[in-house]
Amino acid sequence: MRVLSLGRWLRAGRVPPREPASRPSGHRHSGHRPQGPPQELPQGPSQVPPQKVSVEVLEHLEHLALVDFRDSEGVERLQKAIQFADQLHEVNTDGVEPMDSVLEDRCLYLREDDVTEGNCTKELLENARETVEEYFVAPPGNIPLVKLEGQKTFLQGSK
Amino acid sequence: MLRSSLRQVSAALKEGRVTPTELCQRCLALIKSTKFLNAYITVTEETALKQAEESEKRRKRGQPLGILDGIPIAVKDNFNTAGIETTCASNMLKGYISPYNATVVQKLLDQGAVLLGKTNLDEFAMGSGSTDGVFGPVRNPWSYSKQYKEKSVPKSHSEDEEYNWVITGGSSGGSAAAVSSFTCFAALGSDTGGSTRNPAAHCGVVGLKPTYGLISRHGLIPLVNSMDVPGILTRCVDDAAVLLGSLAGHDPKDSTTIQDDFKPFELPDLPDVSKLSIGIPKEYHAPGLSSEILSLWSKAADLFKNAGAKVVEVSLPHTRYSIVCYHVLCTAEVASNMARFDGLEYGHRSDVKDSTESMYAATRREGFNDVVRGRILSGNYFLLKQNYEKYFVKAQKVRRLIANDFGKVFGSGVDILLTPTTLSDAVPYTEFIQEDNRTRSAQDDILTQAANMAGLPAINVPTALSERGLPVGLQFIGRSFQEKQLLTVAKWFEKQVQFPVIQLEEAERHDNGVFQHQKSASFS
Repeated sequence: MRVLSLGRWLRAGRVPPREPASRPSGHRHSGHRPQGPPQELPQGPSQVPPQKVSVEVLEHLEHLALVDFRDSEGVERLQKAIQFADQLHEVNTDGVEPMDSVLEDRCLYLREDDVTEGNCTKELLENARETVEEYFVAPPGNIPLVKLEGQKTFLQGSK
Repeated sequence: MLRSSLRQVSAALKEGRVTPTELCQRCLALIKSTKFLNAYITVTEETALKQAEESEKRRKRGQPLGILDGIPIAVKDNFNTAGIETTCASNMLKGYISPYNATVVQKLLDQGAVLLGKTNLDEFAMGSGSTDGVFGPVRNPWSYSKQYKEKSVPKSHSEDEEYNWVITGGSSGGSAAAVSSFTCFAALGSDTGGSTRNPAAHCGVVGLKPTYGLISRHGLIPLVNSMDVPGILTRCVDDAAVLLGSLAGHDPKDSTTIQDDFKPFELPDLPDVSKLSIGIPKEYHAPGLSSEILSLWSKAADLFKNAGAKVVEVSLPHTRYSIVCYHVLCTAEVASNMARFDGLEYGHRSDVKDSTESMYAATRREGFNDVVRGRILSGNYFLLKQNYEKYFVKAQKVRRLIANDFGKVFGSGVDILLTPTTLSDAVPYTEFIQEDNRTRSAQDDILTQAANMAGLPAINVPTALSERGLPVGLQFIGRSFQEKQLLTVAKWFEKQVQFPVIQLEEAERHDNGVFQHQKSASFS
């Protein structure tokens, strides 16, 4: 029976996390009933007032993601998401290694480098809207993204 | 007949009491009359009937492919199905016809299952209500059940049904609704943060999230590569074991599947839980947990204690941070996974032609809804060079702490954890949409997503009806790759609680009532 391996954690010399502030424990549990006041949850935005995300960063994000914020609601959403994520900083992670995958103690399967399938050009091209012979057709590249007038003023206006 | 379990109907097919074609036709007819549930995006009537015909020929020759031969099933619309539109409930993939079958779909078809159609979901599986897809929200079949209608205060006859209907939960709401309303005998969902167990709880069906790495994700349009798993939705635990048996195992096309041999298993007829240790994690008594569910949770713990199991309170101290951790990791992986949608090779393509980048940007603006775009932007923020350590790597570290918590608890001798699945029963749609998607997901995923963080198997078992006449389920979380033990405990619990069958007028009309579940005193 395979359980999550402990070895790696022991090696990392993990420091126990900071305990959440103690609460009145109420009467003694009988051991198996879920009793006592509900555990505190991250309620939403943390107490520290967040730094507003600068317009430069917002524009940079729009460029990286090739997705636009569209309106102030979108920016608000990002702001709230960052505030929510800031709660992570309450956790003490000294000496803890980041975890990429729960299967980190196993080796990924690598198959032999033999061609076993393919020859499906026609099927793959069928799903594309614009093709020429066996090519996907794209508009000209290396042209920086030009923002629509509305978008430019919106982000600049939120400075 | 439609209300029987998968195994029962399979036996009926074997004995010739019903033919695959009849079964398929009945299911298709029921899908038509329950169209108002909006559970299906695509109904593949022609291919289903063809598959049923093939199955009938095989059965006549005495050569069925297995227990699933001829069984109608449904698949969530984020699994690729060859020749069938796969949309993920998004404008980005509307009209996209997959050129291949996802491995799990292929496995089901190879065993003769009849694919009835693709079910509705939240756009790209992002959400906890199945309300945010472009094909509209899915309605919970229980909204139309006798049990719910009896308990709701009648305002006016017509107002009732139109405004009182409750959500299915998400994001595999369509699949859960399809199974719950008897239109199919099993359905595939996906589970990234609770997307199979949440709707299973709200729709009163069994929702199994297998261990990460057990079932292939090849063909499942990815949301979070390190947490996604295909989920299984059925009406009883034995059926879930059957599906699991057909789907689990190494897939060379998905290198994140483990290479260990998987042996399909059958659950004991009389499961015994007296030698087990059941853990009750105190942090799962989360704020907002309804008192009804709290009391059911307590009673369930008592049930186990009275059966001789050792029931202990345990602690998973980082539970309160798991939703924050999930938020960061999920948005980061989403930002990466959604980058493939640029309109060039498949999917929606904008008419903008000025430059590649402007075409991509316009395509993505037109194709994605606010939820998806919001997550992409947040994810990119967390992945910026200046934020990478602070957010992404930090979240990965917190993830290890969460996984460690589970490891410690299981290492101390606990076999199975018992927790609630959701904070309350299903809420009415009008109430649900008052809050935005992110807030809702943060609230609703709280009890389910730590299992995805740690890759552990978990299952929702419908437990009882709430005061409003809606289903409530409890969740069991097991050790990695110990699905047999997990399902055995779930089966025992299922037998104890005797969850009532939904009384749905439409289903009763289509059924000849051959197989009716025994309805005994319910557990509440």
